[in-house]
Amino acid sequence: MNKIDATFQKLRSEKSKAFIAYLTVGFPDLETNLKLILEMERRGVDIIELGVPFSDPIADGLTIQASSQAALEQGTTPGDALRLASEIRSRSSLPLVLMGYLNPFLSHPPERLAGELSRAGIDGVIIPDLPPEESDFILDPLKEQGIHTISLLAPTSGIERIKLVSRKSGGFIYYVSRTGVTGARKDLSKGLVERIIEIKKLANLPVCVGFGISTRSQLLKIWEVADGVVIGSALIRPFLESSTASGGLKKSIQVLDRLLGND
Amino acid sequence: MNKEQRKIPGDYKSAHLLGRFGGQYVPETLMAPLRELEEAYRLFSRDPGFRNRLKYLLSDYAGRPTPLYFAERLSKYAGGARIYLKREDLCHTGAHKINNCLGQALLAKMMGKKRVIAETGAGQHGVATATACALLELTCEVYMGSVDIERQALNVFRMELLGARVIPVTTGSRTLKDACNEALRDWVTNVGNTYYLLGSTVGPRPYPMMVRNFQTVIGKEAKAQYKKAEGGLPDYLVACVGGGSNSLGLFYPFIKDPVRFIGVEAGGRGLKTGEHAATLLKGRPGVLHGSFSYLLQDRDGQVRPTHSISAGLDYPGVGPEHSYFKESGRAEYVSVTDRQTLRAAILLSRREGIIPALESAHAIAYAVRLARRLKRNQSIIVCLSGRGDKDLEIIQKA
Repeated sequence: MNKIDATFQKLRSEKSKAFIAYLTVGFPDLETNLKLILEMERRGVDIIELGVPFSDPIADGLTIQASSQAALEQGTTPGDALRLASEIRSRSSLPLVLMGYLNPFLSHPPERLAGELSRAGIDGVIIPDLPPEESDFILDPLKEQGIHTISLLAPTSGIERIKLVSRKSGGFIYYVSRTGVTGARKDLSKGLVERIIEIKKLANLPVCVGFGISTRSQLLKIWEVADGVVIGSALIRPFLESSTASGGLKKSIQVLDRLLGND
Repeated sequence: MNKEQRKIPGDYKSAHLLGRFGGQYVPETLMAPLRELEEAYRLFSRDPGFRNRLKYLLSDYAGRPTPLYFAERLSKYAGGARIYLKREDLCHTGAHKINNCLGQALLAKMMGKKRVIAETGAGQHGVATATACALLELTCEVYMGSVDIERQALNVFRMELLGARVIPVTTGSRTLKDACNEALRDWVTNVGNTYYLLGSTVGPRPYPMMVRNFQTVIGKEAKAQYKKAEGGLPDYLVACVGGGSNSLGLFYPFIKDPVRFIGVEAGGRGLKTGEHAATLLKGRPGVLHGSFSYLLQDRDGQVRPTHSISAGLDYPGVGPEHSYFKESGRAEYVSVTDRQTLRAAILLSRREGIIPALESAHAIAYAVRLARRLKRNQSIIVCLSGRGDKDLEIIQKA
């Protein structure tokens, strides 16, 4: 069974919700990535989303843009993301989702790529600039390897698109909480709770919510109706604000503990 | 060879299929607005009210038709084929960009959008957008890379004078590509009230075809004007290719005619140096800004930095229809370096008293080279897409 499915099954039986953590591969460096992920597992993160840095991240706000640019300047490649995944896989059974923009995926034939992702222990992929209409070429080879292609829904998606995405998506549906790019915001967008309930009625997959979530109270509100939250920028920002990787790591873990209610 | 016996180059089949190129590779949030745009464009492009209004603005406001001018002294200099210039530099705002901007701004207005955003490289598209928005009472904000703001300062001032806000982009390479990224991020955030007025035949469907259609006025006029002046058809069409809008605008109405198309890309410091923007010559297919097309990228699929003396061609992507033209053989693509471009700009200024934009000077440089190889009874139409006022400082410094 795919690790993502197993995780949601377990969470459901415990009447619990998923905490999905996003990090940019290679930022501040691969070694710190690994340390942070192992800490995340210990503290109760359920799924790890590994962000492959891309030169033109059009769906991302300033925090993830800055982390991606720094990772690329240090020479981080998509290959590093797979090596990091293998390393995590050898020490942990956390589900791993690879998040990356489409173009780097196109540098390899889809069948070969799917094989490589599977060998690295990847359980799902999220490609934010690949809508379900265009995704068949990569969806099928990934499915053959047992890897889920996780599709996104947004505030602008109508009922037809909700149905299309719930048919095509695997593992869970990633609901983008607001029109806009990633990055911490103070408030949740208006009508978010009603919208999640609407999607959950139409979809037969877990629904996880991301974009703009940075506080415990936002998270709790979303957990009331959705199956999980995705947190990225809030965990990355401490590294941008710290002069050393170890300092950033410490602060990022503090943020994580606050979000998880461990403090 | 008799003109009637010439063949259409390549195996170009249909006006509506781009083979594997094009598509809509955008975040989910933009899928619904793109559908809305496709629908609105389909509706209004057939609406007589819309068409008449656009026709009126193109003639009485933008100054169309632009002349097709026989460049006698330039042709004599080349010593071969007759060179004609399609004078888009004489359009209001000084470049072909206004053709598209009037069309799209009118569309935005009819869709009930109050705010228009745009990206710009050389600033020509930004100026044309600001102009159309001033005329049609739309709020206008233009994203421009900070590198381009510096090298095209005059156009920044023009946009501000026209009431637009110019937003500097300081991420990535700080040029046109990054201005595009930032415009997309803005659109994704403000989809409700905002119209994204894309300036070239790039981006997700329907932009490539819509922008091309608004630009075909160039080729339609040129075709009729040439027929009147010389009878029959020209042998070659030559235009510069950045994203590809002036070239497609000129080429498209000749698509089923035995006329050869040549797109001139920015060779920068030379193709061997890697410092260029010759996407079709040196790239491979990939996805940037919403469509699948040729792209300058590294082995891992990261978009590569580009260089060109002309800000308007300094872009790592290209319109999907050009990729299709390349693979089907319907058009040929060549490149011209920064230095050759500068020489051509000076040549045209001295020989014809026309100071071209550096983008258009790429096409002039190649056309002179091509004319030299051709016979005196052959002819070339070059799209002189813009005037050179904005580039005087760069030419002066070089």
